Amino acid sequence: MMLRGLWKLTWLEIKIFMREPMGAVGAVVIPVLVFLGAGRIVGSRLEQPTLAASNFIHVGLPVLASLLIAINAVISLVTIISIYREGGILKRLRATPLRPQTILTAHVIVKLILTAATLAVMVLAGKRYYPVGVHAPLFSFTIALLISTWSILSIGFLIASIVPTARFAQLIGGFVMYPMIGFSGLFVPVEVLPPVLRAVARVLPLTYAVALLQGVWNGDAWSAHVGDVAALAVVFVVCTALSTKVFRWE
Amino acid sequence: MRPVIQVSGVRKTYGKTVAVDEVSFEVNDGEIFGLIGPNGAGKTTTMECIEGLRTPDRGSISVLGLDPFRQVYKLQDRIGVQLQQAQLQKRIKVWEAVDLWASLYAKKAIDGERLLEQLGLTDKRNAWFMNLSGGQKQRLFIALALINDPEVVFLDELTTGLDPQSRRAIWDLVRGIRERGKTVFLTTHLMEEAERLCDRVAIIEHGRIIDIDSPDKLVKRHCPERTVVLTTNDPVAEERFRAIPGVEAVNCADFRFTIHGRGDDLVTEVIHCLSENRIRVTDFRTILPNLEDVFLKLTGHSIRE
Repeated sequence: MMLRGLWKLTWLEIKIFMREPMGAVGAVVIPVLVFLGAGRIVGSRLEQPTLAASNFIHVGLPVLASLLIAINAVISLVTIISIYREGGILKRLRATPLRPQTILTAHVIVKLILTAATLAVMVLAGKRYYPVGVHAPLFSFTIALLISTWSILSIGFLIASIVPTARFAQLIGGFVMYPMIGFSGLFVPVEVLPPVLRAVARVLPLTYAVALLQGVWNGDAWSAHVGDVAALAVVFVVCTALSTKVFRWE
Repeated sequence: MRPVIQVSGVRKTYGKTVAVDEVSFEVNDGEIFGLIGPNGAGKTTTMECIEGLRTPDRGSISVLGLDPFRQVYKLQDRIGVQLQQAQLQKRIKVWEAVDLWASLYAKKAIDGERLLEQLGLTDKRNAWFMNLSGGQKQRLFIALALINDPEVVFLDELTTGLDPQSRRAIWDLVRGIRERGKTVFLTTHLMEEAERLCDRVAIIEHGRIIDIDSPDKLVKRHCPERTVVLTTNDPVAEERFRAIPGVEAVNCADFRFTIHGRGDDLVTEVIHCLSENRIRVTDFRTILPNLEDVFLKLTGHSIRE
């Protein structure tokens, strides 16, 4: 059976991740603190917020924080896969009846669970500072974030497939992921960018993730974002197909 | 009886480097079979082809009647594997690793706690992998290789990097595996290990197998030389020694004689000569060639070079 060992491995990987000195703190506590801190500072400075500022606090910041959670998950995945490969752990696991896809799926599930958990903590903590945010459709937003994370995790996998060492993997992951936020339409709407940058934005997967997350946060219907979901699905399919071609186990 | 492992005409290249070339051998049921040779000789490549982790360019392999490439999952259900220089997750606990491995196989696993006890790991069952000593890690890997009660166990450079005491303990464990009726296939670059453990060995160098047999027979075939060293001040000794059948040379320095000859009977003949001529000796020892010498003879260099 293909899924034999999947749940045990997933649960084990969660436990192992929590034992890392920076595991739980880095993944859950820090993003939440940054989110709360930023909200508080920006919120208290603007007694009478302008429309743009208010929009940023109520939509932009939650979306940004969520994206950071997703990107953290991706970089963490890239790093873990590289460490496991360098240490021969992937090879050792593969020398059992475990299917390769079971091993990799377990890691993706761990990261998705972590993303959802961090989001939940953030929402609970944010209730105090973001009374408006609570009216956002949290369930739909969580689904949208998981879809986005799933899609950009596949980019992470592609990176993990080709970079040689763990140290390098972390660096590349950061270099690829963070700049994408800049062009994603989160700070500057894609429509007002110069044509060249607009073209860049159109091919970056994060642009579609941002459009989806912002829309869903604002209460758009899913039908308004079929294109975004489709784009994210295409990214997932392409990156996964490429990874299976170039993935190295050792 | 049908051999457990059959390898015939296997070749594997990495780019332009030929790692393994025209390798053929068979491993019988219930024996400890060793693939011995220096680092880089092709031992691990050969083993990993048999385990289904690599695909050879040419040749055929059958393990327990299965094809390691097409039936890799079926095969992995029935074999136990210890890889060279493998690691586990740094913070996985010993019992968690055993528990995970136990859940991966179709067949019901053997009792993990008992296995840990047999391997002397019970008091380490809650320790993280990263905090284990080299010997404890190797014992854990043996546990993982045995958890599915495999029919064939593969051990790649099992004792490399261990101190002599841990090494001896692990040798006892491997003999224990054979006593349970399993077949063991191992690689080593330690000739002493091969001599002490293996029923049969294949000597491999530059990707080719040079000879296969039991360690004793290999020594007999390639190194029939025997040497006796003794000390005596008997004036007629040297003359008598030269007359012994099979003796080829006698050297003497300060009453210390080194008698070179060949054949299993040499030592008996020397003792016979001593008693017949009432030659008193104050020291007597024999130097027998071992696998190390066989390797030197077959390849022209020592295995450590």
